[in-house]
Amino acid sequence: MKQKASTAVVAPVSSEKSLRRRLRLGERIVEGWIFLAGTLAIVVLLGIITILLKEGLPIFAHTSPLEFLFGATWYPISDPPTFGILPFFVSTLMITLIATAVAIPIGVGCAAFLAEVASAKIRETTKPVIELLSGFPSVMMGFIGLALLSPLVQTMFNLNTGLCGLTASIMLSLMSLPIIVSVSEDALHAVPQEFKEASYALGATKWETIWYVCIPAALSGIAAAIMLGVGRAIGETMTVLMVAGGALAVPVSPTDPMMPMTAAIASGIGNAVRGDLKYQALFAIGVILFLMTLTVNLVADRVLERQKRKFAR
Amino acid sequence: MTKAEMSRQVSQRTAFIFLGIATAIAVVPVLFIIIYTIISGAGAITWGFLTQFPSQAGKAGGILPAIIGTFYLMLGTVLFALPVGIFAGVYLTEYARDNWLTKVINMAIVNLAGVPSIVFGLFGLGVFVLAFNFGLSLLAASLTLACQALAMVTTTSREAILAVPREYREGSLAIGVTRWQTVRHIVLPQALPGIITGAVLAISRAAGETAPILVVGAAFILPRLPQSPFDQFMALPYHLYTVSAHVPGTPTSVVWGVALLLLVVVLSFDILAAVIRARARHRR
Amino acid sequence: MNADQTLPTSRIVSPDSGAKLRTEKVNLYYGSFQALRSITMDIRACAITAIIGPSGCGKSSLIRLFNRMNDLIMGSRVEGNVALDGVTIYDSKIDVAEVRKRVGMVFQKPNPFPMSVFDNVTFGPMRHGVKNRAELEEIVEKSLRQAALWEEVKDKLGQSGLALSGGQQQRLCIARVLAVSPEVILMDEPCSALDPVATLKIEDLMRGLVEQYTIVIVTHNMQQAARVSDMAAFMMMEEDRAGVLVEYGPTSKLFTNPKDKRTEDYITGRFG
Repeated sequence: MKQKASTAVVAPVSSEKSLRRRLRLGERIVEGWIFLAGTLAIVVLLGIITILLKEGLPIFAHTSPLEFLFGATWYPISDPPTFGILPFFVSTLMITLIATAVAIPIGVGCAAFLAEVASAKIRETTKPVIELLSGFPSVMMGFIGLALLSPLVQTMFNLNTGLCGLTASIMLSLMSLPIIVSVSEDALHAVPQEFKEASYALGATKWETIWYVCIPAALSGIAAAIMLGVGRAIGETMTVLMVAGGALAVPVSPTDPMMPMTAAIASGIGNAVRGDLKYQALFAIGVILFLMTLTVNLVADRVLERQKRKFAR
Repeated sequence: MTKAEMSRQVSQRTAFIFLGIATAIAVVPVLFIIIYTIISGAGAITWGFLTQFPSQAGKAGGILPAIIGTFYLMLGTVLFALPVGIFAGVYLTEYARDNWLTKVINMAIVNLAGVPSIVFGLFGLGVFVLAFNFGLSLLAASLTLACQALAMVTTTSREAILAVPREYREGSLAIGVTRWQTVRHIVLPQALPGIITGAVLAISRAAGETAPILVVGAAFILPRLPQSPFDQFMALPYHLYTVSAHVPGTPTSVVWGVALLLLVVVLSFDILAAVIRARARHRR
Repeated sequence: MNADQTLPTSRIVSPDSGAKLRTEKVNLYYGSFQALRSITMDIRACAITAIIGPSGCGKSSLIRLFNRMNDLIMGSRVEGNVALDGVTIYDSKIDVAEVRKRVGMVFQKPNPFPMSVFDNVTFGPMRHGVKNRAELEEIVEKSLRQAALWEEVKDKLGQSGLALSGGQQQRLCIARVLAVSPEVILMDEPCSALDPVATLKIEDLMRGLVEQYTIVIVTHNMQQAARVSDMAAFMMMEEDRAGVLVEYGPTSKLFTNPKDKRTEDYITGRFG
């Protein structure tokens, strides 16, 4: 064992002072900015809520909330003007419903195919293509619907115009596919291998395993995927503005021309004057739109968190 | 093979065919749209189309102001969104404690990502155009798009920063380097590819986004280029909207030309982002 | 014949002011989990102090106490006093970076930065304000020589630190610490990821460094503790309690004539 003979003690040279907290002003300032940037998301979200409420709520002094929500006529320039958003609300609901109904089997089927059936090679080539779709600008999809799909729908259903709820729904279903596919696929991937092995051990085929084991186990994730798809469809603006037809009547059939809430705001805001009734009414539509997507996203986030914890080890 | 087994095999095959068809339905339209747009629009893309001002309400002439306007928008958006997004990512990974504030921030980010683009338009109109009195302008539009991009830039930055190994931070902190210096000289350089991916995606979105700028300042036809951030501007996506939906009689080749150009701009940034991400993953 | 007598084996606090680092009744908590229990010990200046014990007993928590690395863990909380040269370091008036500048740390897994050998060594000094190129070059050579790495890397200072062998990487990390002229070097199982040859090199290095530096090393390699250290602390965890300091004293005594039965069991078990 080596032992040092001398135990040189290093004298504490003004130790206390040298350890005292430095000012580091530059860093404090940067860190202040970092904190501000961190909280900016809250500020923007609160800003959105504030602006929508501040500009939108005054309309209820003119039109009661019930009249506003359930009124079937939207005539901002008649005298007296009426602001009933039922046509927009029903349009949004109808288009979103059809779009989702179309997108669910395709999206979940595609996710199951990519997660469980496809070879690595097919997966590697397919996924980027679907990711490209999520990058398509919505105005591009609107234009495609306008130029290519609407004539098709018009002849197929023998309509006066192909610009209708159905055309918008089909385009929207296509646009909500990427998010549904990617989130569902993640959920399917998270299903533990042991579940599948147990199923195979009982003699189940691959398809039976997917249908009876994987999809039920991933159900909450798939549900969240669908909700995110719904959120996207509700909020989508340009596509529906361009292809839904823009009619102000309450739609009855999917092939009716429609005006969803987003399109109503986009087409009306250009010639609204700040503070006038129409301007207020459009912001009030924004409030309802915001609340709808907020709810959908909050629920989807919750469900995803739960799903994540379910298989976390 | 028994009959029952056979029927199980048949049902499996049928099911897989349906799954394959579902995948094809998702993939084929994408390829079709790209190819169709290239074929229909390529003829319109000439030097003159790219460098001239529009005439006859966009029916003739070029789309130079729309290209320049979109370029400014992309620039403005990334200029505003990137620093804030990076700092927010740094805050959430390096400074935030596990408390209510952090929970609220994360919730705000999730919700911000889901706010409809037209609502961002209303926000931009109320705040930047009217309250801040920037008017219908490039500046108001860039700020609006930056607010919209904030959630995405923050999340991609956060993921990129989280992926930097803890050991690097410890090695730096353990020799008396302060937290910010560690972030600045170790963490951020390592996270750069991921951060750039987020920035590039934000640029791509800014190039394609239409609804917000329709509310806060895009102009249909402008005879000149924007001279200052307070000027109105033309933009490619808005131009596509107007010539396709509002100007009857526009030659289809012109409309498809605008569409092709928009698609090329947006997708090339998306692909660039994917390449950077793939490379960064490869290096690790 | 030496100062060891001033540190009676069973008495942990020395009245001698030669303590470079001192802990008094320190409790450390991670949330509700208590990782250290009433630890009181003096770390002698210019000596090698080894902390041994089974895994999970709190060795790493203890060594990370001395440069406040535990601060990085969410929900960690320290009670009691930890002093560097008599100055309490867990205090709102204290600059953590200054503490860590004087109490450097080397980790279990070599963690050179993904940059050149040169930049690895100059990283600390540059952050602390050394800008002059000649001065930096001088620091690099001196630190690498001290870390016994100079001869091996002097022709490839521009090469990435990650391209070195494991043992070289660890010595680079030591050089990186030396470059900021610390007073204390904490080593958290510095050889556990290295082969025997590289381990011996690091041990030789430590014996050389101890002339100028106070060294604290965590190791679960008993032979290593016996070979290099002057003082040794044995920690263990009892049934459901981690972080108990069982015995602390001169290495020779702790290994040949332990006072505590548990120390003896552990050492003989491990040696036998």
